[in-house]
Amino acid sequence: MRRKSISYAKWGYIFTAPFFIAFFVFNLVPLVSTMYNSFFENYLVRGTTQIGPNWVGFANYQELFTKDLGKFFGNTLILQMLGFIPQIFFSLLFASWFTDLRLKLKTGAYKIIFYLPNVIMAAAMGMLFFTLFSQSGPINSVYQSITGAESPYMFFDHIWSQRGIISLINFLMWYGNTTIMLMAAINGIDPSLYESAQIDGANPTQTFWKITIPLIRPILVYVLITSLIGGLQMFDVPQIITNGGESVNRTSMTIVMYLNKHLYSKNYGMAGALSVILFIVAGVLSMLIFMLNRESDGKKKKKKGGKR
Amino acid sequence: MAAPIDAVGVKSNSQQLLVRRIVCYVVLTFFAILSLFPFIMLIINMTKPSGDINKGFSLVPGSFFWKNFKTVVNNKDWKMLSSLRNSLIISGLTAFLSTYFSALTAYAIHVYDFKLRKPMFTFILMIMMVPTQVSALGFVKLMRSFGLLDSFIPLIVPAIAAPATFFFMKQYMESSLPLDIVEAARIDGSGEFRTFNSLILPILKPAIAVQAIFTFVSSWNNYFIPALLLSDKDKRTLPIVIALIRSADYAKFDMGAVYMAIGISIIPVAIVYLILSKFIIRGIALGAVKG
Repeated sequence: MRRKSISYAKWGYIFTAPFFIAFFVFNLVPLVSTMYNSFFENYLVRGTTQIGPNWVGFANYQELFTKDLGKFFGNTLILQMLGFIPQIFFSLLFASWFTDLRLKLKTGAYKIIFYLPNVIMAAAMGMLFFTLFSQSGPINSVYQSITGAESPYMFFDHIWSQRGIISLINFLMWYGNTTIMLMAAINGIDPSLYESAQIDGANPTQTFWKITIPLIRPILVYVLITSLIGGLQMFDVPQIITNGGESVNRTSMTIVMYLNKHLYSKNYGMAGALSVILFIVAGVLSMLIFMLNRESDGKKKKKKGGKR
Repeated sequence: MAAPIDAVGVKSNSQQLLVRRIVCYVVLTFFAILSLFPFIMLIINMTKPSGDINKGFSLVPGSFFWKNFKTVVNNKDWKMLSSLRNSLIISGLTAFLSTYFSALTAYAIHVYDFKLRKPMFTFILMIMMVPTQVSALGFVKLMRSFGLLDSFIPLIVPAIAAPATFFFMKQYMESSLPLDIVEAARIDGSGEFRTFNSLILPILKPAIAVQAIFTFVSSWNNYFIPALLLSDKDKRTLPIVIALIRSADYAKFDMGAVYMAIGISIIPVAIVYLILSKFIIRGIALGAVKG
């Protein structure tokens, strides 16, 4: 028996090899090379004259921190939160309705419709909303016929209407996903808890705050962190809406849009430094999730052990 | 959350329930309309000539569907059909590679007992959330040095290492792949590789289907990396064309054609989604229940 398990071990390595080779070549080597590049001055002047690569130590990082980095992190966070706060609110509301044993709602079609925007190409969503809210688009024609305004409202020339539209798209794309995840979490709660609360005369508001919320807290934290990591990568929608981020004083330019700009203009030093900063922030958030998963795994194992 | 509930707090139980149910349906229907409205507008405007669209919005469809379609297909700058084909090739192969190799990797870690098994698993969990953008610079440079700019290889082959897909497969195996089956296959003299391909893969079908759809959709929608790698007109994918339409002198465009181009890149995926939505929604729920 023992010899058998030893002879099969090699298959473990053979079967996992493609994954790790691909990871090494396409992720790890590029990551290391990105980090290495962040310590060099390396860019083009007017698209023709090559400067560097010259070793400059942490100068790229210094420049990022003294220049616009704070602004673009701020933009990213604002856009993210403008979408996330209504998203978590409505997702919780809908998830608790969908799972309410007394309401017995017919939920199938709603779930399908709520999730639909998530499968739609973000670039196309951005383009669609841009067309809808544009100067002669349908929203403006409705706005003008209701208010009788002479001129259309320029949604993409104002900071908050532009940010609002980007966040609205993000909200529409993600609230269905979050609703379904929270539903799954609520469905995992022992129904007898609700039954006994009901017998004790608790109203729906009380059962929501005293039973549902405490018991789905781990998944709420999970949703928050994953959405922060997702928000950090926000690119397609604002890129399309703002046509590259320059509009309205770069107030909707996100971190990855800034990275894209440097990559496009072949400013490899700055792009590298920005990537490393992004990596560190995402890495810290990932570690939180990792620890969260571990903790819940540990709890599960303990529970199982106890039953035996 | 409390408002609709407290408002009827004193009424009798069944009446209260009815009112709550009505409030719920009204709010839910409002959000359903909000989610569908952009698509309804899109579909209606796809059928109209540019002049009618600019006149203002109405819910009455026009008769310009085929004309708009022909305008888009014949546009020499957009090359809609070739980018549609490119997107299909890239997304299809990506979905295949990603699900097959993730299943293979998850199977190895699930079934075999080898020294690096635990460290490998921990490692994949740790890298699962790291965004691809952080290594984009090195990736683009590396692909340039391989001479693979304007090639589909850098958009397809990296899918072999898909940590999130791996994690889903592993979770699925824990719940529905008993090790006795593998043992039985060995006794029957089946080789390890054949066991995986002919016995294990069919068992994993539901998980593979869900992940294949997710991977296909995310590859179909991917804009960041393809935009950095592809510059040849004939190699473009759909998101690149959409961005191209956006950045050109917008006011000059035939708006019917613009809506049609958006529609062509959205509607195939939307239809596939609607057909398979039951599996997809179950899949999201499965992914959510961790620990």
